[in-house]
Amino acid sequence: MGTHLWNRKHLLGMADLSREEIHAILDAAASLREVNRRDIKKVPTLRGKTVINLFYENSTRTRTSFELAGKRMSADVINMSVASSSVKKGETLYDTLATLQAMNPDLVVIRHPESGAQEFLARHLDASLVNAGDGRHEHPTQALLDLLTIHDNLPLLEQADFSGLIVAVCGDSLHSRVARSVALGLRTLGAEVRFVGPPGLLPPRAEEAFGVRVFHHLEQGLEGAHVVMALRLQLERMSVGFIPSVREYFAFWGLTKARLAVAAPNAIVMHPGPINRGVEIASEVADDGERSVILDQVANGLAVRMAVMYRLCGVGGGR
Amino acid sequence: MSVTNAREEMLLPAEETLTVIRQLAERIREGIDPPEKRVVVVGIRRGGAVVARLLRDTLSSLLGRELPIGFLDITFYRDDLRTIAPNPVVGATDLTMQIDNRCIILVDDVLFTGRTIRAALNALFDYGRPDSVRLAVLVDRGGRQLPIQPDFAGRVVKAGNRESIKLVERERGEWVVVRRRLTE
Repeated sequence: MGTHLWNRKHLLGMADLSREEIHAILDAAASLREVNRRDIKKVPTLRGKTVINLFYENSTRTRTSFELAGKRMSADVINMSVASSSVKKGETLYDTLATLQAMNPDLVVIRHPESGAQEFLARHLDASLVNAGDGRHEHPTQALLDLLTIHDNLPLLEQADFSGLIVAVCGDSLHSRVARSVALGLRTLGAEVRFVGPPGLLPPRAEEAFGVRVFHHLEQGLEGAHVVMALRLQLERMSVGFIPSVREYFAFWGLTKARLAVAAPNAIVMHPGPINRGVEIASEVADDGERSVILDQVANGLAVRMAVMYRLCGVGGGR
Repeated sequence: MSVTNAREEMLLPAEETLTVIRQLAERIREGIDPPEKRVVVVGIRRGGAVVARLLRDTLSSLLGRELPIGFLDITFYRDDLRTIAPNPVVGATDLTMQIDNRCIILVDDVLFTGRTIRAALNALFDYGRPDSVRLAVLVDRGGRQLPIQPDFAGRVVKAGNRESIKLVERERGEWVVVRRRLTE
């Protein structure tokens, strides 16, 4: 285990994280996993620190993961969700900022539909900031938990590191901030990333923007892949005709056992959740104990968020 | 004592490190009361883990039975989250055995301020309730900031605040203790 430098106050995205910074988080997360297996699942590291979860979009699983992560590190965690807050009553982001500042938190976890909100708060708030998802832009902690899960499986995949690894990200990468963040992180670590999906559901100029290879045919994209990441078809973000029908989508793009036959022998299957069974992934794949690491991702998410809080507060979150 | 370079002084050459650990083991055996007590050796990462391994092996052969060994990483129990420069290396705690009602021999390489031991005790009690905890260190360099004293110290040396006393690996598997003068 090497010494990895971490000097960031905020975690806003994967785009500018270095290889060393990624490993600084993964190392700490790998160690913190042990805490989650104990009888007493708590360390005193962030005692006296205050963490505010500020969610402008609903996300029970991400918010819960951050909340539990903070509590297991002994921080005081409070949740502010848009539905129950003054934002609904017309408060501007500026006034929310002033209110937050007055509570003097050490760390603010924010999910907001616009990435500009994070940048604005990062510039003006004294606390450290963690981006928990901004529109279609980035979701760095989800990418980091994916990287940790892949890292754990490198021996199974007979890879020494990320450099020889092929990762196929399948489905709706257009609406997916997870796909973007994970592609950027994997590129930094030297893996080959493929975006596999129908042209209408891929981000424009994905090759240049994310350094990925693009495939418009599922079997071709899966060929030789060590990691197959299925993305949730984000029906709620699709106002008009991105796909003809869910059944047709599954027929062409659904991840099935038969289609996975062309992937690498021990290929693992990942999904950021929540999964749509029979839409982007077949139950036989999602529940396949040999291949599916979907529940490991959830457990790793908790450890990664603990590690992020630890690293950010170590640099001087709060004052 | 040999001077290895201008700012480094050899306190314990490799052979002497082993001798001191053997002497520690003998004193611990005599100090365990009653001797059949269920002893667990716990090393504090990273230097203490090295000493703990060697100590456990010697103590096991003295007692004629294999003693269990565990390791504590105290990174998440430190009281200096924001002042450690630049980033702590995070190791893993490996304490899978039951420590309730056991006699814990807590092992570290160099005892200085006592803060590491304070953190280690807090960490240890998150895993259970030992019957007793005894502290064994290879070198006690003085300079305590907390009311913590070793039960067994291999060597006692006087070191100033501008000096560091370190257990370092010279050759593969050969551990020496050196004194270094810190520069600005």
